[in-house]
Amino acid sequence: MIRLGAGTRLFFLILIYSADSFKRIHLIIKEIYFIGVLSLVIIIVSAFFVGMVLGLQGYYTLEKYGSSEAIGVLVALSLVRELGPVVTALLFAGRAGTAITAEIGLMKATEQLSAMEMMAVSPVARIIAPRFWAGIISMPLLASIFSMVGVLGGYLIAVPIIGVDDGAFWSQMQANVDFSNDIIDGVIKSVVFGFACTMIALFEGFDAPPTAEGVSHATTRTVVISSLAVLGLDFVLTSFMFV
Amino acid sequence: MNKITLDVWVGILVAIGIVALFGLATKVGNLTSNNIKNTYSINAYFENIGGLKPRAPVKSAGVVVGRVQSIIFDTEAYHAVVNINIDGRYVFPKDTFANIYTAGLLGEQYIALEAGGDLENLAPGDRITQTQDAVVLEKLISQFLYNSASEGGK
Repeated sequence: MIRLGAGTRLFFLILIYSADSFKRIHLIIKEIYFIGVLSLVIIIVSAFFVGMVLGLQGYYTLEKYGSSEAIGVLVALSLVRELGPVVTALLFAGRAGTAITAEIGLMKATEQLSAMEMMAVSPVARIIAPRFWAGIISMPLLASIFSMVGVLGGYLIAVPIIGVDDGAFWSQMQANVDFSNDIIDGVIKSVVFGFACTMIALFEGFDAPPTAEGVSHATTRTVVISSLAVLGLDFVLTSFMFV
Repeated sequence: MNKITLDVWVGILVAIGIVALFGLATKVGNLTSNNIKNTYSINAYFENIGGLKPRAPVKSAGVVVGRVQSIIFDTEAYHAVVNINIDGRYVFPKDTFANIYTAGLLGEQYIALEAGGDLENLAPGDRITQTQDAVVLEKLISQFLYNSASEGGK
């Protein structure tokens, strides 16, 4: 409870100092580079394999019912609605969240944050807020890339390798995936997950005891709590969106 | 890492992200196909719409000519009123026939329009009264059983 309250306080501090960090946009851009661009490789590679596995498994089941053309719909809907935002958020927590926690925790342990306060530079404006916004901006971009690459991976398995009809693959997909219901909802999900993951990572780093052990525990907690939060939020959002 | 390279990489990320979202919207989703401007709406009255849903396609001769806008229940006549948006490029005679069909064995339901022979065309807001309801499987089965039972009795 205390930690939840402290987390909320940190969130409002971030909002207050956001104006300052938007004035120094290059700080945010630098963080988007570290959080977003450097996660691209892992996102693209895993999206490709997730899409290919969906293609294979989906074909195996759909073929029993003689409707293997529906594989495009299956791959696209499961990626756009669920797997895109969720898997991206889980990878994001592991790849970027841990880095954020460890970095901030170490800054605290080596008293860099205190040094900043001594120089009348708010660590929230200089360190925390740019990472927060970078996370929120990066997440939907990464999730969109994940979904698109995953669909291409599914296409690669279904059409050239298994031999599902090319036109049926795309046309069934287009007939059944709705822009405002499915794609926009997926983007909303990824924004929420981006918020949750970045906020948890920032708070754990900021709250970590300034020792080597404290930072290592905080990093572990970031991954555990972020993953649970993403899966829990996903259930809540799904039950709101797709009833 | 100097500032220019950083900006370039972030720019690339944002560009790929937007291209991916655009690709999802046009290639995967139906943003392009349902973006028909210049539609006019007509109402069709059905006794039973089966599993017809809003946004279901309206086809004539197999070509998608419009979409179901809304379905409401009329408490005065106890009919379902299906509001259909039809592409403004297509006109239909006043005595057009509307059927609810199913695409494939387990597929979604759609409305098929069969043009009649009237010289006047349907105007926006007109109603189609010549309709054929969705096939309800239970009715079909009971009809079949009834027929076979009466044949067996002979």
